[in-house]
Amino acid sequence: MARKGDVVINIEKCKGCEVCLSACPNDVLALSKEVNSKGYHYAMKVNSECIGCANCAIVCPDAVITVYREKRK
Amino acid sequence: MSENTIKTPENLVYEKTSVMTDRVLHYCPGCGHGTAHRMLAEAIDELGIQGDTIGVAPVGCSVLAYYYFDVDMQEAAHGRAPAVATGIKRVLPEKYVFTYQGDGDLAAIGTAETIHACNRGENILVVFINNGIYGMTGGQMAPTTLEGMKSSTSPRGRDVKTMGNPLKITELVAQLPGTYFVTRQSVHTPANVRKTKKALKKALEYQKLNKGTCFVEVVANCPSGWKMTPVQSNKWMEENMFPYYPLGDIKVPEK
Repeated sequence: MARKGDVVINIEKCKGCEVCLSACPNDVLALSKEVNSKGYHYAMKVNSECIGCANCAIVCPDAVITVYREKRK
Repeated sequence: MSENTIKTPENLVYEKTSVMTDRVLHYCPGCGHGTAHRMLAEAIDELGIQGDTIGVAPVGCSVLAYYYFDVDMQEAAHGRAPAVATGIKRVLPEKYVFTYQGDGDLAAIGTAETIHACNRGENILVVFINNGIYGMTGGQMAPTTLEGMKSSTSPRGRDVKTMGNPLKITELVAQLPGTYFVTRQSVHTPANVRKTKKALKKALEYQKLNKGTCFVEVVANCPSGWKMTPVQSNKWMEENMFPYYPLGDIKVPEK
């Protein structure tokens, strides 16, 4: 089974460009209905399928995503 | 394993590098500049040369690059970044010197400086962001604008009969004996981003060898200038920019 991962998104810096959405292999991310203080719909986690591959963080132009991945047992 | 136990420091696999400052980037949503900045910063971080790196910022969208890189930075007049970098590198030859320029800066007003710095084989890294348009001033036609591509100064598309052909400056500088490593990359997918970082890291390592100019072109999108969403612009770039500006190494050091 794939290792589990998690993402932390800095929603205030997110500009809602959606580039991370298509980079995610498991469709973990989606845009929020709410907006941040700049008026952007920010990226958020919508399920727990994250495997910590960091693809979203690598393509994020604004470096708002921090990725965690559990260690191999 | 519950979700809360995953977010621990030992499980951290990716976070923003400390070579980039915490300032919010002024770029439009989805702009390739942010990713290109971060990859350059990560390359500097991984080589451990933050204290020995000097960057030269251009004029254009990336004019404020000095706010985002936590290294010594110098602003240059429009297009003159390679000339300024030449001076810095000659006075401080042990430092790593890079310029970060867009296509309007490097391939239009700065063509002379670019070509002559590369021809002299200055030991600098030139990072060239090619989005085929003048983004900062409102999407005017640049020398790199594709044939038939619409911009605010070519509203019916670029006509090569009257406006000339798109300039492949990367192929041009690859012909010069002064260049050591010339490559073209992009930052729109995770795989391409990783390749770009590898190329930038290699280029910085080559600077230690004193063999000549390293030139890394990054084909990037300009969602605002192209009047598309970021995702659309990445797709458009794949379909239209890459056939004319094919990705890959153009000049690699002889073994």
